[in-house]
Order: sequence, then C-alpha cells, then structure tokens
Amino acid sequence: MWAGVAQAALLVVALAVVYRPFGDHMARVYQRTEHSAVERAIYQVVRVDPGTEQKWSTYALGVVGFSAVGVGFLYLLQRVQSWLPFDFGRGNVEPGTAFNTAISFVTNTNWQSYVPENTMGHSVQLVGLTVQNFVSAAVGLAVAMALVRGFVRVKTDRLGNFWVDLTRGTLRILLPVAFAFALVLLVTGVTMSFKSGVAVDGQTVAQAPTASQEAIKELGTNGGGVFNANSAHPFENPNAWSNLVELFLILVIPVSLTRTFGTMVGERRQGYVLLGVMGTLWTAVLALIWAAEASGVRPLEGKELRFGVAGSALFANTTTATSTGAVNSAHDSFSGLGGGGALLNMLFGEMTPGGVGTGLYSILVMAVIAMFLAGLMVGRTPEYLGKKLGRREVTAAALSILAMPTVLLVGAGIAAVLPSTPGALGNDGAHGLSEILYAYASASNNNGSAFAGLTATGDWFQASLGVCMALGRFVPIIAVLALAGSLAAQRRAPVTAGTLPTTGPLFAGLLGGAVVLVAALTFVPALALGPIAEAML
Amino acid sequence: MTRVSTLVKQALAGLRLLLVLTVVTGVLYPAGVWAVSRLPGLHDNAEAVNTTLVGVAREGDGWFHLRPSAATLPASGGSNKSQVNPDYDRVVADRRTEVARREGVAEDRVPQDAVTASASGLDPHISPAYADLQVPRVARERGLSERWVRKLVAEHTSRRGLGFVGEVTVNVTALNRALTDGG
Repeated sequence: MWAGVAQAALLVVALAVVYRPFGDHMARVYQRTEHSAVERAIYQVVRVDPGTEQKWSTYALGVVGFSAVGVGFLYLLQRVQSWLPFDFGRGNVEPGTAFNTAISFVTNTNWQSYVPENTMGHSVQLVGLTVQNFVSAAVGLAVAMALVRGFVRVKTDRLGNFWVDLTRGTLRILLPVAFAFALVLLVTGVTMSFKSGVAVDGQTVAQAPTASQEAIKELGTNGGGVFNANSAHPFENPNAWSNLVELFLILVIPVSLTRTFGTMVGERRQGYVLLGVMGTLWTAVLALIWAAEASGVRPLEGKELRFGVAGSALFANTTTATSTGAVNSAHDSFSGLGGGGALLNMLFGEMTPGGVGTGLYSILVMAVIAMFLAGLMVGRTPEYLGKKLGRREVTAAALSILAMPTVLLVGAGIAAVLPSTPGALGNDGAHGLSEILYAYASASNNNGSAFAGLTATGDWFQASLGVCMALGRFVPIIAVLALAGSLAAQRRAPVTAGTLPTTGPLFAGLLGGAVVLVAALTFVPALALGPIAEAML
Repeated sequence: MTRVSTLVKQALAGLRLLLVLTVVTGVLYPAGVWAVSRLPGLHDNAEAVNTTLVGVAREGDGWFHLRPSAATLPASGGSNKSQVNPDYDRVVADRRTEVARREGVAEDRVPQDAVTASASGLDPHISPAYADLQVPRVARERGLSERWVRKLVAEHTSRRGLGFVGEVTVNVTALNRALTDGG
C-alpha cells in the first residue's frame, strides 16, 4: 500500500520539478515571432507563408484539411503494406481495419482493432503510425494555443498560423522530448529491433522498433502500441521504472500546459486553479480504481506482477484521464468499479488532465460553461478572463461539450440492440454492456483503450467507431476554434466589483462541479446498467 | 465555394507538410533512436539478446512454471475475462485444483498468480509464494537439494527499487536458465 503511494508521490514530484521550466518553454514556443533556419526551410518547401496569421475559419480548415490528407495517406500506406519493406508477409491491411486505424491514429485515439504482431509491419508502424503520433498531438496543441490566444488577444480576427503552430509543436516540443526519453526507455530495457521476432526458450516472441514508438506514444497521449498487449508487454514496459517513466511522459505535457496557459494569459494562478481541479479529480478516481482493484475477486487477472495492483491502477487511471489509451493491464478484467473508474475518466470528457492540448481546451470550454451557469445563478452576463460569454460563446462551448455524449450514446445505443453484437462480446451480462459503453466512450473521447474482450473487427464496429472517433475529434475542435474567434474579436471587459474571480476555491468548486455534473447528468443511467450493476452482483 | 477552395488549398499545403514531417518523425527520428541503440551497452537490450523480460512456458516437472497465459505466440495478449464470469470462474477453479495436485498441497495454499493470466501472456514473473510452492517438486525432479534450489530462487527474487518502486517477484525465465546452468 505505502509503496504504491510512494510511487505515485515520486511521479508527482517529478512532474512538479519540470512544471515551470517546461510550461514556460511551451509558452515561448508558441509566442515567439522568429523562425529557426530549419523551420524557414520547411515553410519554403511546403510553400506556406509563416508570417500570415489566419482567421478562425481558415485555421479550422487547416486542421480539417491536414487531418483529411493524413487519413488518406495512412489508409493507402496500410493498403499497400505488402510492397513495403519489413512487412514480414503480414500482407495488405484489410479495408475495414485500415479505415478504422487511419482515423484512429489521425484523431489521436489509437484505438487498435487489430493485433499488431500479425497485422502491421515495421514500415507502417514508423512511416505511418509514429508520424501521426507526433502530428496528431501537435494538432491538439495548436488548437489549444489558438483558444488561449482567443482569450489573450483583443479586437482581432487572427488566431495564429496553423502550419507554424503545427511545425513548432512537432519540432520544438514533441521531437526533442520523445528522442531523449526514447533513449531513457532503451536504458530501462525497452527493445528497438527491425527483426520480426526473437527466440526465447525455444519459442518465438514478436519484436519491433519499440523504443521510438513508445516514447511518442506516451508523450503525445496517443496510446497505440507496437504489440497487442500494449504497455503490458515486457518489451514496451519492462519494469516498474519504465512504468514510471511512461506515466511521467503521459502526464508531462497536459499538466505543464496549465502553466503555459497561465503564463500566456499573464496570470499564473489562472493555470494553477485548472491544475488544482484536474489533480483533485485525477486523485479521486485513482483512489476509486485502486481501492476497487485491491479488493477484487481476481485482482491479478490481466495484470503483470512487476506492476502489481498499485502500478496497474496508477496507469489505468492516468491513461484514461489523459485520452492516452495505452494500457499496462487488461481493463476488461478489472472489477466493476475499477473498470467503471476508468470509464468515468473518459466520460468526464478527457480533461483530468486530458490529452495533449485537448485537455487544456476541453477544461477551458468547461470553464466557459461553469461561468455561464454561475452567471445564470446571479443574473449577470458571465465573463471569463476579461471576455464576455454571450450567446455565440456559450453556443460554441455547448456544442463542443455535447458532441461527445451524443455520438457516444447514439453509437452505443445502436450497438447494444444489433443482433450481431452478443457474438462480439467477451463477457455476458452487465459487463457485456460495459464492454460496449467502454468502446464508444473510448472512441468518442479519442482515448483508445478498450475492454478488449469485445471483438471490434466486424464491419459495424470498424465503421461506427471510426465515425465516432472523427466526430468526437473534429466537432469539438471546430466549435473550440469558433469560440476562440469570437473571443478574440472582443475588447477586454474591465474587472469590476461584480466580476467573479477565477483563481480562487469558489471557481475551482464551480469548475470541478461542472465537470462532474455534466458527466453525471448524461451518463448515470448507462453507468447504472453497466459498471454499477456489476459492482452490486 | 470559397470555403471549398480554401479547404483544397489547405489540404494541399497539409499534404506537403505531412510529407516533410513524415521524413523527420517517421524516418529520421526512429533512425536516430536505432543508431543510438547500436551502442555496445544498449545493443543487447534493444535486440532482446538472451532476454529475461518475457516468459514462455516450458513443459515438464523439472521446470518452474509460469502463470497461465492467454497469448497466442508470437503475439501477446490477456484473457480479458471479467471478474463476474461464471465460465471463467470454473477455468480458474480447475487450474487451482491442477496446481494443488501437481505440487501436492491443499488448494487454499495455491497463490492467486498461479491461476490467473497476465495482461501480456508473457509475464516472466511469479510471486515468491508460488515459487516456494514449486521448490520441492523441481528439486525432486532434478535430484537437487531443496536448500540449493531455494537459494537459487532467492537469487532471482527482485526487491523493490529504493524500497518502494515495483513489486517483489521471482523471474522464472532467469531462474529456469540458472537451473540448467547449475544442474
């Protein structure tokens, strides 16, 4: 017990050490006006003018256009795999799987309906999947920065240049950190091989160029592993130290972005209060998952002994609270409330602390909702960070918040009544419903972890989960950019005696309450029939 | 119409940038990591030479047995069975009976890791309790003294790093290889 608490404490201390310098570094990356020689060369090659700033609609079309060509490129790459080197005869990926996987990696979900060891060769892993691990994370960062600029800027219709933000996030944040930590992971024992397998005591275990993928998979809160067992595989996560390194990588950007935010809006406490809300909910759900797992019927089923219950609960909580979806244990084998806790993290909308960039913009949207609710209570036009939250702003925020529950519940609802679904379930009864709910929660929130007993290779699941991933990603992004556009157009409202301060415990309570309330109002019936019913069996 | 043309223009710019970033992050980055992994101190980790990170089952009573595995080699994987699955309850109960019979002990002495599958199906570790249970059989089959086998188990039992990082486990892959080296 205390060993597990000490591990979590060590993780928090490591994050605290880098919080300020790394958060401020990210702020400088997006605020500086000059470009490096490499960046200038890239802008010249791709023929974009880095000096031109974009309106919100152009910025949004950039995001959508870039993601669309990303899906097309990744789909084609999988479909011609047999022509590529290091395919080991795994053949061209089936159309349904290729469609689902292309959307999955471009939307930062990394849901994997395939068994990598039998399906993906090393070329697709590196040239296709690793690339999207970088750039999908950089897209999330870019959108978050555009929203922050919406709060910071006054009376302008310009939010920045998407191509510049995308390039900088990739080259100045993700690439150096991923490279450094890929080497750290190598030292802990993570493999890096271009062979197809390695002989162990007379049998063959699949091999892969693991370390490079593993580092960015965690850092970009992606989660798509080179092995079926993901971070439970000893080659991806060999020991308790590598486990802590991977947890650190998952959390470092989403956590430090609250500092970046505070720095950019000129009042650091605005960021600390967001971190406080995120940290409180992260800790509360960790306690729930850990307690449930420690008292489970078969606590070690689906868990690796080197991580134990503590290391598995810590990872399960972190991966679902960040939209990562990497797993170091089989969530399907968790107890009702343990798996329910992981599900709950996703249903919060991935903002405790959420994914790279997505976590920050999601909690800022929730802050808009919270201030709107507070405004209704006192009968004043709400403001946040000196910007009035009128009809346009609240509509955009509401659209962003409602997209996920809508696609989740519609998708899961249809799946639950399809005659083909029972045959795809790995477990019966309430737990079977949880498998369906978990799949659609994971897709709609761009998480990517699974109750993997569900066989998601049928046409319905491949197609519908793909659509949920795309809508769950791009509807909120477009709404967030629209929100940013209308915020940036405003002048700054003066602080008066009637302004509700957004740095204190009152605001923290409002914001945390809004996160929990929105999830509870939307999902209690579904949760009651799935995890809660299972816990009562 | 302008929106559509803007989208096409943005998509083409996006395609060009995607190709450049593919070279940087999909080719140069992994090549860099791979190059460093060729350093003498890292090469064997990277290629999993004589690895003890994974465990695969060895048949016969002269070996220490791993946890049950749900993996289909060369791929990895877990059972994904829930904790309220009656069919799986029976599987686990049968395993418990089997382990108790094999080791000649009462069923309530069989530890939980002996009857549950790991997430990877490649977990090389068992609990000290499960190793302890297997010592008499392995010693008997190999004609070794229990004391010596117990010493070997102790040598392959890991402690928690700094006293709190990780769990206390016995590495069966390393232990079985040491058995053949010593025996």
